[in-house]
Amino acid sequence: MSAPLIEARDLRVTFDIRRASDLPWTTPPKLRAVNGVSFALEQGKTLGIVGESGCGKSTLARALIRMLPSEGQVIWQGETDLVPLGPRAMLKHRADIQMIFQDPLASLDPRMTVGEIIAEPLRTHRPKMGRKERREKVRAVMEKVGLLPNQINRYPHEFSGGQCQRIGIARALVVEPKLLICDEPVSALDVSIQAQVIALLEDLKRDLGLTIIFIAHDLSVVRHICDEVMVLYLGQMMEAGPTERLFSAPQHPYTQALLSAVPIPDPVVERAKKLIHLEGDLPSPLNPPSGCPLRTRCPRATEICATTPPTATIEGREVFCHHPGPAPEVQAILEHG
Amino acid sequence: MALLDVKDLNVRFATQEGEVHAVNGVSFALEKGEALGIVGESGSGKSQLAFSILGLLAANGRASGSITFDGGEILNLPEAQLNKIRADRIAMVFQDPMTALNPYMRISDQMAETLMQHKGLSKRDAVAQAVEMLDAVKIPDAKNRVRLFPHEFSGGMRQRVMIAMALLCKPDVLIADEPTTALDVTVQAQIMDLLGDLRRELGMATVLITHDLGVVAGFCERAIVMYGGQVMEQSEIDPLFAQPTHPYTKGLLAALPRLDADSTMTPIRGNPPNMTGAPTGCPFFPRCDFVKDICATTMPPLTTFAPGRARACHRAIEEVAA
Repeated sequence: MSAPLIEARDLRVTFDIRRASDLPWTTPPKLRAVNGVSFALEQGKTLGIVGESGCGKSTLARALIRMLPSEGQVIWQGETDLVPLGPRAMLKHRADIQMIFQDPLASLDPRMTVGEIIAEPLRTHRPKMGRKERREKVRAVMEKVGLLPNQINRYPHEFSGGQCQRIGIARALVVEPKLLICDEPVSALDVSIQAQVIALLEDLKRDLGLTIIFIAHDLSVVRHICDEVMVLYLGQMMEAGPTERLFSAPQHPYTQALLSAVPIPDPVVERAKKLIHLEGDLPSPLNPPSGCPLRTRCPRATEICATTPPTATIEGREVFCHHPGPAPEVQAILEHG
Repeated sequence: MALLDVKDLNVRFATQEGEVHAVNGVSFALEKGEALGIVGESGSGKSQLAFSILGLLAANGRASGSITFDGGEILNLPEAQLNKIRADRIAMVFQDPMTALNPYMRISDQMAETLMQHKGLSKRDAVAQAVEMLDAVKIPDAKNRVRLFPHEFSGGMRQRVMIAMALLCKPDVLIADEPTTALDVTVQAQIMDLLGDLRRELGMATVLITHDLGVVAGFCERAIVMYGGQVMEQSEIDPLFAQPTHPYTKGLLAALPRLDADSTMTPIRGNPPNMTGAPTGCPFFPRCDFVKDICATTMPPLTTFAPGRARACHRAIEEVAA
């Protein structure tokens, strides 16, 4: 078997939080935004990273493409560790890893035309490419994402949200990346348009053999598009594994609480459904609970949870919990059909 | 007689690009104690519809038609008279609790203001009632936290504060405009549960404005589906999801991803409508799979076809269902 396209080993991102009231010689408190995340993603597969706001999913993406300094290892194509690379050495790999963002309009320069926006990565990564060839490439990629050739000289504000997201996708694809990182690519879009963008991503995945990391808070979308899923809470992995298995019988109480909260567009199911409550609010990430981060809110917490961080267990899937097991409330939702 | 009766409501905005027709001839009735959902995507006019009920349209907006509440006309009433209804009889919960609460005022002061204005209570009694209401929306340690400022609460707690504030005067109607859109799913589920419990306890009619069909399915007894400022379909909740009769409703349901089943996520082709200029024909026709020639020129009337169900489409139900 070939090496995974990208593999993260014990990846950590830490921010120093210096407040105005701190004296200059004190050590600032550390915020561990991503805390020991590991995964391996094969060529052509899609990994979903899910969790609520503040769980570190966007920070993780930014660490993978070295927009943020991190510790640990990110092994690219089984050989290069990206973490220690300097900006110049990293530039070689940047064309291979492209990203699309949540806010489609804000991620496009309002003073550039669509053609200029999509051509920009080519100017950076293929500086020797001639004008004519560049224009051809831009036209080809526009067609691929469903933009019309006569839109090439228009500006971003003339487009709707869904079309702006297509422009963002075209910009990412023009340099023929191997890995596409999508940070909440459809959460700002309407339902009917969201389905269009997801269909486009699926086509691209199939036609180009793209590998995708798909960051989202919407678990229904993740179930639809991803092969593998990782659930994050307070910067740590809770549960990870193949989508089908994770969604058919989640073992971790946090995954179960998340799934039970997703609204189902079916009045009969929705009325019968029982919510799994997590007590209280998210703890401050500056001062996370000892042991398992979920233990302050977890219905299954016992003494061991406060002292020992749980390690992975169970058949082909990682479940970071001392008391894993299915929850009848969630099984009822998932198995009604 | 319905508690709130909206008849042929039109909302237009004068803009530099021309007149925007945000709401076009919308009619519906809200009964006492009922939970009604208004569903639509961005630009469908659902929020402007709600704003016009309480006279909250932007300065360039103009509403016409008729809205009667408890037998009296309330559309375009002078401010002084509207202020007697706002918060006291019809209250509103907004999407973003951070911008809807005043960041300079303690929660106690903001909440007491409402009661002092409408019920003539003393500051002391008003704060005491505010604390009771914060307890009711399950904010822990309400007695002490009432003195905090909005930024000292988390997003979910802030939304609870806003709901508590809206319920202070025990209104007859609560209008909730995307109350959980800014929140995480677990918090959303808690807030919707809370709204449902309070609605039943207080017997208050609720209008839930949302883009999320899942939230509507769990909360509402009846729903109106809007597109391009017009009502496409109106129905009791169960048949709306089980047998949608309008191509748009059908398309929306097919486009949704589902957690509990394999979903196709079939997109609706095309782009959202441009709302500038007077509408001609059905706003959905450029994206509709069932389009006929007449759809481009004539808006089909909203026609009742079964008890509690109405639709606006030129195609027969059987054709759409097939």
